[in-house]
Amino acid sequence: MGFGQILAKRVGYGLVLLIAVVVLNFTLITIAPGDVADAIAGDMGGADASVLVEIRQRYGLDQPFMSQLWRYLSSVAVMDLGYSYFYNTSVTELILQRLPATLLLIFSSQILAISVGVLLGVMAARKPNSLVNLCVTFLSLFGFAAPVFWTGILLIILFVSVHPVFPVGGMMNAALIDASFFEQSINIAYHLVLPMVTLASIYLALYSRLTRASMQEVLGSDYIRTARAKGLRENKVFYKHALKNSLGPLVTVAGLQFSAVMSGAVVVEAVFNWPGLGTLALQAILARDTPTIMGILFFSSLVVIVVNIFTDLVLRMIDPRIRAE
Amino acid sequence: MKLAFKSLFAATAVAALMATSATADEPKTGGTLTMAIQQTPRHLNPAVQSGTATGVPGTQLFASLLRYDEGWEPQPYLAESWDVSADGLSVTVNLVKDAVFHDGVPITSEDVAFSIDTVKANHPFKSMFAPVTEVATPDAHTAVIKLSKPHPALLLAMSSQLLAIIPKHVYGDGQDPKTHPANSENVVGSGPFKLVEFKKGEHVILERNENYFMDGLPYLDRIVMRIMPDDSTRAIALESGELQMSGFESSPRNIVRLKKNADLKVSNAGYAAIGPVNWLAFNTKAEKLSDPMVRKAIAYAVDREFINKALNMGTAPTALTGIHPGSPFYDETVEAYDVDLAKANQLLDAAGYNKGSDGMRFGLSIDYGWPAMKPYAEYMKPQLKKIGIDVTVRSSADFPTWAKRISTWDFDMTMDNVFNWGDPVIGVHRTYSSDNIKEGVIWSNTQQYSNDRVDAIMEEAGATNDPAKRTALYAELQQILADELPLYPIFASPYHTVSSISAVGNASDSIWGTSTPLDRVYLK
Repeated sequence: MGFGQILAKRVGYGLVLLIAVVVLNFTLITIAPGDVADAIAGDMGGADASVLVEIRQRYGLDQPFMSQLWRYLSSVAVMDLGYSYFYNTSVTELILQRLPATLLLIFSSQILAISVGVLLGVMAARKPNSLVNLCVTFLSLFGFAAPVFWTGILLIILFVSVHPVFPVGGMMNAALIDASFFEQSINIAYHLVLPMVTLASIYLALYSRLTRASMQEVLGSDYIRTARAKGLRENKVFYKHALKNSLGPLVTVAGLQFSAVMSGAVVVEAVFNWPGLGTLALQAILARDTPTIMGILFFSSLVVIVVNIFTDLVLRMIDPRIRAE
Repeated sequence: MKLAFKSLFAATAVAALMATSATADEPKTGGTLTMAIQQTPRHLNPAVQSGTATGVPGTQLFASLLRYDEGWEPQPYLAESWDVSADGLSVTVNLVKDAVFHDGVPITSEDVAFSIDTVKANHPFKSMFAPVTEVATPDAHTAVIKLSKPHPALLLAMSSQLLAIIPKHVYGDGQDPKTHPANSENVVGSGPFKLVEFKKGEHVILERNENYFMDGLPYLDRIVMRIMPDDSTRAIALESGELQMSGFESSPRNIVRLKKNADLKVSNAGYAAIGPVNWLAFNTKAEKLSDPMVRKAIAYAVDREFINKALNMGTAPTALTGIHPGSPFYDETVEAYDVDLAKANQLLDAAGYNKGSDGMRFGLSIDYGWPAMKPYAEYMKPQLKKIGIDVTVRSSADFPTWAKRISTWDFDMTMDNVFNWGDPVIGVHRTYSSDNIKEGVIWSNTQQYSNDRVDAIMEEAGATNDPAKRTALYAELQQILADELPLYPIFASPYHTVSSISAVGNASDSIWGTSTPLDRVYLK
């Protein structure tokens, strides 16, 4: 199959998946008892009956389910994610406001997890009976076993409460809104440390184990023996031949894990008050703000699908065997 | 202005007196106060949105006609004086002469009339201005509010977040005020602070209004309100000094913890007008609970003292009635139903519900709507088992689920927390009025309780300005309700204002909590 064909097929599957996600989620949210009018009344400390009727009319909540669904699908079809009932702004705008924070958190934590994870994995594979290997085993056990929110809270207790090194939460010291871009960036980086480390902790464990396992496998293969036999230096054998060939599984897993990273980010954002999509999603769900929840789900499915397609492409790039198939 | 000066002087004097325990600081101008708010406001305009999420930043941006001191006495604000006519059918308000909005446009009686109309048409609490028939504007600084009947709630409804004076030249452009863009961006009010930035989910940043109509105020240059929904995160931030102040703190565990910190003032002064009362509500139309004897038996079985000591860790005031204990109308002489299991058992026997072979008489369910209410609901299970009631605790996934169940009367009992919102007319009548049994409306009369005498008392108390008469009527109301028990009041939410002693002076102790102009707060 040619490259174009594969891409077309992937995009086709992706679209079907997207529609399924939209219909399923819309149905689930609508059949849950209560609606945004109840949430708004809750937020306002009660409301007169006429106010609630007006809210329901305004947002078409009094319409039959099928017509609500149809209306939503047709607006999504033209890339209009609708209007947030709760925040009175367009959903696209709400998402775009929050997106940078989430992307920053996800990508920085993934870069940290992959780089440190691979490094630890390689070190462990190199000396299977060393202390490093023991550390990796312990770390991965811990990383897998500890829920993210717990790691987050633990870090807060340690580095905010007991030894105040880092700020409690948030993304930037609000007093710096007039400061220079450089100063703001430094402050954001300072706020980023704990949430980034927290979110990275699980994946660090995952990636280091994965690298170690796949390195050990590769190191046992014939071409490595050949490489050594022809007198290559050990470092070259390691990094040029072994590492490159053991990265395949890592890329696959990193791509597949992307959806898990996004849901992990929801929890980490809540713990660290990080103003991203996750906190928005949480608030929107609690407020039964259907357009916002749907918008976030739509958007995150889109991102996950795109990342998966991208992963396929990267795999083709680094592994000639897939290209040859 | 004379009156305003006088009240300013009085307030400063009171504050100075209260500060004697620390150091007698003089208020200083300048500085940035960092405080917390707990939820993202939908927007910042209290004229069309109730609730304290909007109220705390909203009262900094928008001034109202009156403000209230700690003793429930109205004080001049945008209104330099006011006069209620002898028949109670008109209230004349004289505006401060030199007040301007944030954009420099003078505030006139037209704006007052426009604001009252907008609030009347759009605010969720219809009872606040329902009797207003017309707002006349004989001159630029005089507004005359005409009423169809005397309306005792009017003055409180003219204060704090309940009546934001909004500019007609901004909101009168024909757009729906509920979704007006100026509710969140480029907000134009006349309060002590102007909007710098409102970032949803992150913060509201305010800066000093240099043209504020109260001379010499506000003291602060800036207020940063960080949106921090998590109780423990706020507690840590208060301890580490990242936050200098936080209002509406209500987690008993955190309050006790923060009280141990020598630099934190943890005060429960104020909040009486917000008036949050927590109770165990009964669905009086449910089979077993329609019998007042059963409701009384449950009241005798529940140990209010235990709840307040163990679950609230002594942080919350006891509430014997649905009117907040800090309200001038609170009647503490009602039947308290001190725990008496023998009596509770007797009542149930008399009601004809005998214990079965397993020691149980019948089953009831109890709901709760949000996590903070869970311990109280769970407490009921073992406690009511002692009198042979098999309680099932039913949780709801989120607030709307609970609200739907309760407001469609699909419940036996529920833990609930309802706010008084100033005058009983606004926040208390709605719970008991038989006109307000409305399907699908949370915090209406979801108990489905109906009593003609109760309706008559509320109508009379809502149409007289005579405080003595109102006190007597509300006392009678509370006695009847304590006897018929459509709900069993337990405690008032332990709202506390936490502030740094070394950094913050005049931390608010208003009856509206921190949902009040913070123009006298200063940094030491």
